[in-house]
Amino acid sequence: MARHAIRLSGSGGQGMITAGIIIAAGAAVFEGKKSIQSQSYGPEARGGAYKAEVIISDEEIYYPKVMAPEVLVALTQEAADKYSKDLVDGGILILDDLMVKTAPKGNWDVYMMPIIRTAAEKVGKAMVANVVTLGALNEICGFVKPETLEKAVLSRVPKGTEDLNKSAITAGIELAKVAKAAK
Amino acid sequence: MAKEVKFLQGNEAVCEGALYAGCTFYGGYPITPSTEVAEILAARLPKVGGRFVQMEDEIAAMAATLGGSIAGRKSLTATSGPGMSLKMENLGYGYLTEVPCVIVNVMRGGPSTVLPTGPGQSDVMQARWGTHGDHPAVALTHSTVQEQLEETVRAFNIAEKYRLPVILLTDEIIGHMREAVEMPEPGDLEVIDRKRPTCDPKDYLPYAPEADGVAPMADFGSGYRYHITGLNHLPDGFPSNDGKLAQADEIRQQNKIDDNYDEIVKVEEMDCEDAEIMIFAFGSTARSAKEAVKAARAEGIKVGLLRPLTIWPFPDKHLQKYKGKVNRIIVPEMNLGQTILEVQRVMEGTVPSIEGIQQIDSEPITPVTILNKIKEGK
Repeated sequence: MARHAIRLSGSGGQGMITAGIIIAAGAAVFEGKKSIQSQSYGPEARGGAYKAEVIISDEEIYYPKVMAPEVLVALTQEAADKYSKDLVDGGILILDDLMVKTAPKGNWDVYMMPIIRTAAEKVGKAMVANVVTLGALNEICGFVKPETLEKAVLSRVPKGTEDLNKSAITAGIELAKVAKAAK
Repeated sequence: MAKEVKFLQGNEAVCEGALYAGCTFYGGYPITPSTEVAEILAARLPKVGGRFVQMEDEIAAMAATLGGSIAGRKSLTATSGPGMSLKMENLGYGYLTEVPCVIVNVMRGGPSTVLPTGPGQSDVMQARWGTHGDHPAVALTHSTVQEQLEETVRAFNIAEKYRLPVILLTDEIIGHMREAVEMPEPGDLEVIDRKRPTCDPKDYLPYAPEADGVAPMADFGSGYRYHITGLNHLPDGFPSNDGKLAQADEIRQQNKIDDNYDEIVKVEEMDCEDAEIMIFAFGSTARSAKEAVKAARAEGIKVGLLRPLTIWPFPDKHLQKYKGKVNRIIVPEMNLGQTILEVQRVMEGTVPSIEGIQQIDSEPITPVTILNKIKEGK
């Protein structure tokens, strides 16, 4: 049985919940897989570490929360420290090199990448860091087909931002390719 | 043709269910973790000729919801624990005056504000006994986003058919998680509308029940003029101080629900046929229970799950079938022991052991916790 448990984390406003929704919806709506997206957060509207969780599976998913993710994305130091504790041994850790200064210690495959800088400088809007993340995440893990990811992103973003988001996906894929090649 | 599949949040599915059922009025006041229901319906209702009103507080929100229904619209409100507490006085008014409506309680912890963004299941007894006085109560609970849509439609149907407020008792986990939902086409799900009078308006008696215990309900403003009061009332709606009448009327109201147990009470039974151990769990906790049952069965342990989709009226008859058949009943719930009291009431003396798993730390009860409890007694 193929079952993937993914945790996306950061600080309120970074779009990690949206990113989780996009990839989970893509798997369910366009590929007919079972998927669940959930999240947990505190009372703050902005700021504070929070996580979005996604499970993608070929079989029925009962318990909707992720207990031991195989992949963790962390876009802040606080999120990296807080949510890496139960990342499985040998799991994948994707970090933003601007916000995370010290990678948490563990037996993980670490990808330290300029996600936010790429969004701001190459794509042109820091706001699309979450979509850059998705491009990179899917290139590394292959949760959904590349065309599914594009369809899923485009079905959730505001009209008029399609090209911006497409370049964000491409930039994310490029980041992951470079990071993989460097390993 | 394949049905349209949408990836919806639980609270979004409530809105889809309400619109499918023909809801055209929402009187509300926002509160986490229910706010998405208000947010979405504020945008959607005006597009279907509906009305959305944000009131000054939850007390007024409940009043507006009843008012919307009395004016002839299928009405909804959504809230969470603290808001539910405030709605209680007007909810009682809704029971006594027999006003159909649906109240969604997306449960978080309690009492008061405690942990506002986490899940809880502590409002089970409130859904039955929260307002003062004797009255029938219907509360539905469910475990998937698909069910959240379908049970919202069913909640409206029960409310309309039996003329009473129906509570949709969900929780933060189901309310906020997202899953694929197969969208029902018109006609796929039954939609029931309240009985309306066909007599001459001057002959209309608003509280003269027909053989089924339910009186036809006229829309205020439609030419049928009548009086509504929270006092005990005569068939014409005007107050009466007759205690015998008050008692008989309350018993009739209770009977209109009790006599229709088979139609109102719905449960899911999973692996119960040969079960020696039964888990009794509802809502998001039932999802953990299912995973625990699967894992225990894989190890050869004979365990089953009885999951109520209707928690009030309590599924007495469904449970009673297992008298003398199961050795243990385990009741996991995110409260300090509410549902277990009802399980004990129904099963005490016929099952050697009824055990609870109780947790109010704002975290879901995990499958492992339930599995460990299953194995503990073996």
